[in-house]
Amino acid sequence: MNVHEYQAKDLMREFNIAVLKGGVANTPAEAVEVAKKLGGNIWVVKAQIHAGGRGKGGGVKLARSLDEVEKLSKEILGMQLVTHQTGPEGKKVLKVLVEQGCDIDHEYYCGIVLDRSVGKICMMVSTEGGMEIEKVAHETPEKIVKCHIDAATGFTAAHGRKLGYALGLKGDTLKKAMAFFDGLYKLYVSKDCSIAEINPLVTTKQGEVLALDGKLNFDDNALFRHPEIEAMRDITEESAQELEAGKYGLSYISLDGNIGCLVNGAGLAMATLDILKLHGGSPANFLDVGGGATKETVQKAFTIILQDTNVKAILVNIFGGIMKCDIIANGVVDAAKELGVKVPLVVRLEGTNVSLGKKILAESGLKITPANDLADAAKKAVEAAKGGK
Amino acid sequence: MAILINRNTRLITIGITGKQGTFHTLQSRDYGTNVVGGVTPGKGGTVHEGIPVFDTTYEAVLETKANAAMIFVPPPAAADAIIECIDAELPLIICITEGIPVGDMIKVKAALKGSKSRLIGPNCPGVITPGECKIGIMPGHIHMPGNVGVISRSGTLTYEAVYQLTQREIGQSTCVGIGGDPVNGTNFIDCLEMFQKDPDTKAVIMIGEIGGTAETDAARWIKANMTKPVVSFIAGAAAPKGKRMGHAGAIISGEDDSAEAKFKILQECGITIARSPAELGQKIAEVLKK
Repeated sequence: MNVHEYQAKDLMREFNIAVLKGGVANTPAEAVEVAKKLGGNIWVVKAQIHAGGRGKGGGVKLARSLDEVEKLSKEILGMQLVTHQTGPEGKKVLKVLVEQGCDIDHEYYCGIVLDRSVGKICMMVSTEGGMEIEKVAHETPEKIVKCHIDAATGFTAAHGRKLGYALGLKGDTLKKAMAFFDGLYKLYVSKDCSIAEINPLVTTKQGEVLALDGKLNFDDNALFRHPEIEAMRDITEESAQELEAGKYGLSYISLDGNIGCLVNGAGLAMATLDILKLHGGSPANFLDVGGGATKETVQKAFTIILQDTNVKAILVNIFGGIMKCDIIANGVVDAAKELGVKVPLVVRLEGTNVSLGKKILAESGLKITPANDLADAAKKAVEAAKGGK
Repeated sequence: MAILINRNTRLITIGITGKQGTFHTLQSRDYGTNVVGGVTPGKGGTVHEGIPVFDTTYEAVLETKANAAMIFVPPPAAADAIIECIDAELPLIICITEGIPVGDMIKVKAALKGSKSRLIGPNCPGVITPGECKIGIMPGHIHMPGNVGVISRSGTLTYEAVYQLTQREIGQSTCVGIGGDPVNGTNFIDCLEMFQKDPDTKAVIMIGEIGGTAETDAARWIKANMTKPVVSFIAGAAAPKGKRMGHAGAIISGEDDSAEAKFKILQECGITIARSPAELGQKIAEVLKK
């Protein structure tokens, strides 16, 4: 799960990680109020959307007066912000964060992720702040310094020194940076983050170490023990279809093709998309009905697939292990009848009670194209989507 | 021979009295697995479906001489159940549970180091040595005894591969689902090493996915150490980029973790690749003929 920058910074404050004073606003008038409260004579107005690259897209502006705060907030609120992470359609800005300005001395990068290969948390820093870290990793990997942190020791002063000195920091600033890293690690672990990224992390002319930006992602599997994080969910940032699917235990991801897919198991669902592409087709979605699909979940799956008007054919690919093929067949037939499915339906069933399942489909009176195996199913679905046979 | 489990495996189920725990324990027993006990705190001393239940894993191991555990505990308590099995010095722990927080698994991983236990999973279908022992949720009837080892990160895709083999009357030595989670107990290389040493295994199918470097690490290991043929498929060539994992995840390795990049490295390491998941059975038949 993702949160906005302003929410990430609220969490950082709880862990004594230095951030600038600021407040969130839904309207230009609110933005002016926030700026007044903050005081000073320079402010930054930042669009709050779940995507990086906001500055380049025109979503982050400097204001030198309260009038300018109002004017810039008016421009940013409601705009369709396009960045390299939003896709060409962009994202509508509904909130802005108004922050104090600061005297930046230097920009750095600091991030925490899981290193899957060793099963440990890894903190990394770079002197190349403000740049896309993927680019730094690709072009100048020597400019990224990493620390793997053992679960038994946690983050120690040794880690802090390694990272702080790697950034060339000294004296009081080094101490502040070490405290910053320590706080970020504590936040990552205690809130079950999956990514924490501070880009840029800055030192100021006054010797402070601050998070100028902040991105936090959270492990969905751990949300059950973090109701305070769940409460930060912004559903306007999430796909309505994906959310709806999630309620029924379905895993759905919308794609840009025209063959709707209904599969059991994530691996087989991915492989089904692959084989469709290999046969020249284009999948409209990834949909895993999970291990315990019932008639209701199959019906819901069809409803969600059919909401996509690009869908010209549907491929059902079920390997019934514990899940029995006759139950799936009944679910497919009922859903197709009740929803009045108009597009061609290609069904491949295999596994437990497969002959019974095939019989149910054949006797349903519906125009269902049966497929014998995975390759056959893909071929038939691709043909059907092209308006073939 | 096979690997990990066989006729001598003595299984206990952790979370045996739950719905899933009960169902799959009975399915495993029906297949021929020697189920010697189960654990549900608070239900110790009772008998469930003819199987003695204990309050703790420690007690269950002491009383039944179990040497393997299958875990069906819900995600919030699953890591604790694994730690309890490690403490009871069970040589083999198979965790089926899906949805364990990564933070919990990082601690489990640390606890496994230097212990007497091997963990398979979590978020996996389990392990089966066809004709001898089944521990997990896979449909037993699609398997047949034979000489092909199967290792996979996915459940149903493994069944697909096994089914293609059985249809061609190519049997399996052992099928291992290592699980789809980012932090797991046993990786591809661990399994490949066991299959390489197993006289009953003549070839191996390795089914991978996008994300992480487990498959490319395995490919390099195979090139350096493995004399038996390996056939591999990587799922996710058509998956949208960045949809499931944050960008920063791939930085660690500094390498591309797309299906395309993985296929390329596998091929460079001399592994037979199946571009289509429908070709796995055929490719294995080809390498076995050589």
